[in-house]
Amino acid sequence: MTGSFRSIYNGSAILVADIPVVGSGQFLQDILDATDHGWRVSSYFGIPGDADIALYCVLANKAEGRLAVTRTASDGTTFPSIASLCPQLQLFEREIAEQCGLTFVDHPWFKPVRFHRSFRSGHDAWNRPEDKPLRVGVMNYFQVAGDEVHEVAVGPVHAGIIEPGHFRFQCHGEEVFHLEISLGYQHRGIEAGLVGGPHPRTLQQMETAAGDTTIGHGLAFCMVMESLTGVRVPPRAEVLRGIALELERLANHTGDLGAIAGDVGYLPTASFCGRIRGDFLNMTAVLCGSRFGRGLLTPGGTIFDLTPEHRDDLLKRLADARRDLTNAVDLLWSSPSVMGRLEGTGTVHQETALELGLVGPAARACGIKRDVRHDYPFGIYRMTHLPVATAFHGDVCSRTMIRWQEAQKSMDFIEEQLRQLPGGGHRTKAAPRTGLSLAVALTEGWRGEICHVAITDDKGSFVRYKVVDPSFHNWQGVAMALRGEQISDFPLCNKSFNLSYCGFDL
Amino acid sequence: MFRAIISRIRQGHRTMPYPKAPLQMPDRFRGYPVVSTLAQSAEQHDETAECPYGAFTASGGGCLDMGKCLFCAECPAGDIQFTTDYQLAVTDRDHLLVRPGSEHHHARPLTPDLRRMFGRSLKFREVSAGGCNACEADTNVLSTIGWDLGRFGIQFVASPRHADGLWVTGPVTENMAQALLTTYEAIPAPKIVVACGACAINGGPYIDSPRVRNGADSLVPVDLYIPGCPPHPATILDGLLRILDKLR
Ligand code: SF4
Repeated sequence: MTGSFRSIYNGSAILVADIPVVGSGQFLQDILDATDHGWRVSSYFGIPGDADIALYCVLANKAEGRLAVTRTASDGTTFPSIASLCPQLQLFEREIAEQCGLTFVDHPWFKPVRFHRSFRSGHDAWNRPEDKPLRVGVMNYFQVAGDEVHEVAVGPVHAGIIEPGHFRFQCHGEEVFHLEISLGYQHRGIEAGLVGGPHPRTLQQMETAAGDTTIGHGLAFCMVMESLTGVRVPPRAEVLRGIALELERLANHTGDLGAIAGDVGYLPTASFCGRIRGDFLNMTAVLCGSRFGRGLLTPGGTIFDLTPEHRDDLLKRLADARRDLTNAVDLLWSSPSVMGRLEGTGTVHQETALELGLVGPAARACGIKRDVRHDYPFGIYRMTHLPVATAFHGDVCSRTMIRWQEAQKSMDFIEEQLRQLPGGGHRTKAAPRTGLSLAVALTEGWRGEICHVAITDDKGSFVRYKVVDPSFHNWQGVAMALRGEQISDFPLCNKSFNLSYCGFDL
Repeated sequence: MFRAIISRIRQGHRTMPYPKAPLQMPDRFRGYPVVSTLAQSAEQHDETAECPYGAFTASGGGCLDMGKCLFCAECPAGDIQFTTDYQLAVTDRDHLLVRPGSEHHHARPLTPDLRRMFGRSLKFREVSAGGCNACEADTNVLSTIGWDLGRFGIQFVASPRHADGLWVTGPVTENMAQALLTTYEAIPAPKIVVACGACAINGGPYIDSPRVRNGADSLVPVDLYIPGCPPHPATILDGLLRILDKLR
């Protein structure tokens, strides 16, 4: 790594002035060199100024367990794209283009991401007229031409109780040549609203950024606030946060295991897991009253403590849920008809996963050992190490297997932590934020790496607050998994990723 | 095959007896609010102690709008105590306003002709219009074996053409407004609309964001409001059973 990067550890803050500003050529070359040497891009975003746009890139290096930040300035009109050399950047570049009205030259796939106006009024990367409403989903889709090739369009409203998104398949008979996914329907304007923050609404907006990942995103936000204020979180709160994060993982993994079983028509596991998922949600409600963990977290600790009665209650519920879940999931592995449907379906090769920068279970299913809890440990994971589960084939079966392995490890973790809950307080008082700083917080949500970055002005207010949900990295993985598959396998492949729409659309 | 049967026996019959037997809510659950008359202390709160969502007004002894309220763990706004009563759903928007000593309203049964039509078979088409997937998840959970919504004749269906009602979650983003209207129009009349969750009622945490429309009733007429962020499945089911007159 060259000197143009400033090192930073997960959950810490540095002065913005300490990050060297490099020329755009060196900025891009440094990113290419770093990604060639095993670094990956966690976040890449722009801050629109009066005349120029500051571009920040946060990279992560697993081998060294550290993150690095670099920045440059663009003139506010055009910037070179390196997406074809570094595919994990393609969506980031489009996002910056849409948010900052900056045109990326030579981008191979230059389309809007969420269909909203840019943060700089009067600047639009696609020169769309200001007086005409933007129409979501209207763009040039990649099309395959030829005899007997047809196009299938699905969404935004889908068949089940599920968030909206638009999917375009290029098919030859039943076989999918290509899938293009166009989102943005859920865009609520979270990042634009965070400028000048934190506001009184910010914590709830972070908890609902992706509402099935309340703890994952809420925790990242709390970590940002704590690093900006220098507040230390009491050990008891760190443990409670870890328990909540693993309960969130368990609920969602259990739900996914059931849904995958349902999508291959294996109803026993589907219906058992649908219910057991609720058991984990109810355990979160024991902690804080909300099945989704709303109201548990606060910068500086947790709002609720755990009484001994609650702890015993949780231990008992956990033992019951473990017994039921093990029983339900074991059925999958011993049913040849289920395995026949899971194995070899929706394969993403490891090389592809690395190029796209996939995260979470989707990456680990391809044999990539990538887990924030392990690579850039935060909170309780600094003390207790959770083994990282990986599989090899990158297919639906691997993604299913990973969920079960992770679920088991999460249950072990929660049980152990409940039995050795440290004493002391669970909350530290807030303190004033430091100004002119940059803070980074990474957490491992159940879908993978969540990255929050805050940059503050001289008063400590956010000049920019950037949120990257794991789904932002992973949607392209779904598209790749469908190549060469039967279109009828789309629900199964999609479910094996189970990505967030609102987390992507924010 | 045998393993599946043995598992079925082990897992047992798990559909809850509700509504025949009462539900046990977690003791930290935040349900129906009690707004007390300590108007003075409410007025002592300074500017910064206001409800960020405009759900609480201190004047006149205090008034909490359950449609806007997120049932926060720590309410900076006023003298509000949340009980564990999960029965929150109402038919009229203004029945969500809770004042000291005000009557606890519930959802009203549908009109007799609607009940004749939907009483034994009520199908919804769900549209998430900016929902965070929590309201969606806790709506979905009603169809699992624990709650078994089907036993009441209620079901979520894939096509609006097969539906009797529209089920809205989310604050209605600009980018979903059109799709929501199109879905509504595709449902044959007579039809009902349910706004599920704080977002769908009034925008929730995103109220007044320039990218959202502050809830479903800005576009379509709403027949059932279900508060909460997200509503507990019991809150949702309570509302549904009441409009079908299966619970009084
Ligand atoms: S609980 Fe939250 S949303 Fe409700 S009145 Fe209090 S601060 Fe407002």
